[in-house]
Amino acid sequence: MEEIRKIQTPLTDEICRSLSVGDALSLSGTILTGRDVAHRRLFDAAVRGESLPVDLSGMVIFYAAPTPARPGRVIGSIGPTTSMRMDRYTPKLIELGLKGMIGKGSRSSAVRESIKEHNAVYFAAIGGVAALMSQCVKGAEVVAFPELGPEAMMRLEVVDFPLVVINDSKGGDLYEAAVSRRTGAPQSATR
Amino acid sequence: MAELRKISCREISKTLRDLFIDVNYNLGDDVLDALKHAADTEESELGRYALGRIIENVDIADRESLPLCQDTGLAVVFVEVGQDVHIVDGDLYDAIQSGVREAYREGFLRKSVCDPLSRENTSDNTPAVIHADIVRGDTIRIIAMPKGGGSENMSSSVVLLPADGIEGIQRHVVDMVKKAGPNPCPPVIVGVGIGGSIELSALLAKKALLRPVGEENSQDSRLSTMESEILKEVNALGVGPQGYGGATTALAVHIEMMPCHIASLPVSVNIQCHVARHGEAII
Repeated sequence: MEEIRKIQTPLTDEICRSLSVGDALSLSGTILTGRDVAHRRLFDAAVRGESLPVDLSGMVIFYAAPTPARPGRVIGSIGPTTSMRMDRYTPKLIELGLKGMIGKGSRSSAVRESIKEHNAVYFAAIGGVAALMSQCVKGAEVVAFPELGPEAMMRLEVVDFPLVVINDSKGGDLYEAAVSRRTGAPQSATR
Repeated sequence: MAELRKISCREISKTLRDLFIDVNYNLGDDVLDALKHAADTEESELGRYALGRIIENVDIADRESLPLCQDTGLAVVFVEVGQDVHIVDGDLYDAIQSGVREAYREGFLRKSVCDPLSRENTSDNTPAVIHADIVRGDTIRIIAMPKGGGSENMSSSVVLLPADGIEGIQRHVVDMVKKAGPNPCPPVIVGVGIGGSIELSALLAKKALLRPVGEENSQDSRLSTMESEILKEVNALGVGPQGYGGATTALAVHIEMMPCHIASLPVSVNIQCHVARHGEAII
């Protein structure tokens, strides 16, 4: 593997433009967590024109809910959940300034279009390596919806979070490219 | 009449508590060996990178006392109660739920069970899903299997036409793994249940996941042949570790089968992520 590139939040247009499908990266800085219910609430608030409990501009959302932290620890194990469940809410959040998403699994064509149009990026974190990823989290604090328990939105300070670019702002898709490489099908995804 | 052996509910709870904590922190050697073998043979660079981190995670979980995965699962419990056992000091089902509750509280495991409609969390990871059988003997065998949501979501039960036959079943299973793509955290283990009724096929598919990884079906050579053929086809899809591309989409395919109705061919596929956790104890 070539040297792994390091990037820092907030994600700028310049960083997003420079990312390509299949890049392995280390991400450091501030990110938010949020999954199904938190997304629905942010979406509903945005549709109603209300202000959101978190600022999304230049922000990255990690689709994750950790295990409980042991006393004295920053966080328990943490890793990505399947992203497709957030698909119906994501384009709206991207419109509001969200630049990056971290999850696992394929996105809808609407999300991919939105990523392209707004110069955003979708990263995968490796699923099922939550003890390893927990070591990269240096700070964690609940910032919205504490009543959701493990699904509350948190602000995380992360150092060298290991990620891979799945959907870049050029319209590429690593998952489709992987399968079409094997079957010899046209690589429409990497146009 | 055979003497009844007394087993207390407290002992059943304690056994379940310990099993669920243990399997959430320690991966079985069979799975770890299969992952190491895959890391040695995987051709894709990103695929090897993912497998390397997956193997590293097993060490970190052990060293830092952290669950292997943040999804510590819906608690699935298999109990085989010997017919010469007398369960004392309570109710078997309550004892199982209480053991699960203790494990998820005391083991710092995530509570991932909710009301299906309101989505409100039950807060203690109960109710567990319990499959109980009465068997010969005077012991209780307990198997704890935390099942993650991501891989369960990619599972299904269908009824094929008898005319679809072996070829139709194989095509269906490969198609399910292809459709699942990166979502269930490959490399996966594919559990397949053929026959019985619709609900029994689903149970057979889940039970197939309890077999040590890569151990072929020893009852029926038609099934062991299907296992190796499906595995070959699945690994030719190109999905690879985490969907990043490569030759390791599945570590194994396990099939279990029962006779079915003359008009039917039920087939269930239960997909298990690479954090394949289960453990057993005999009381």
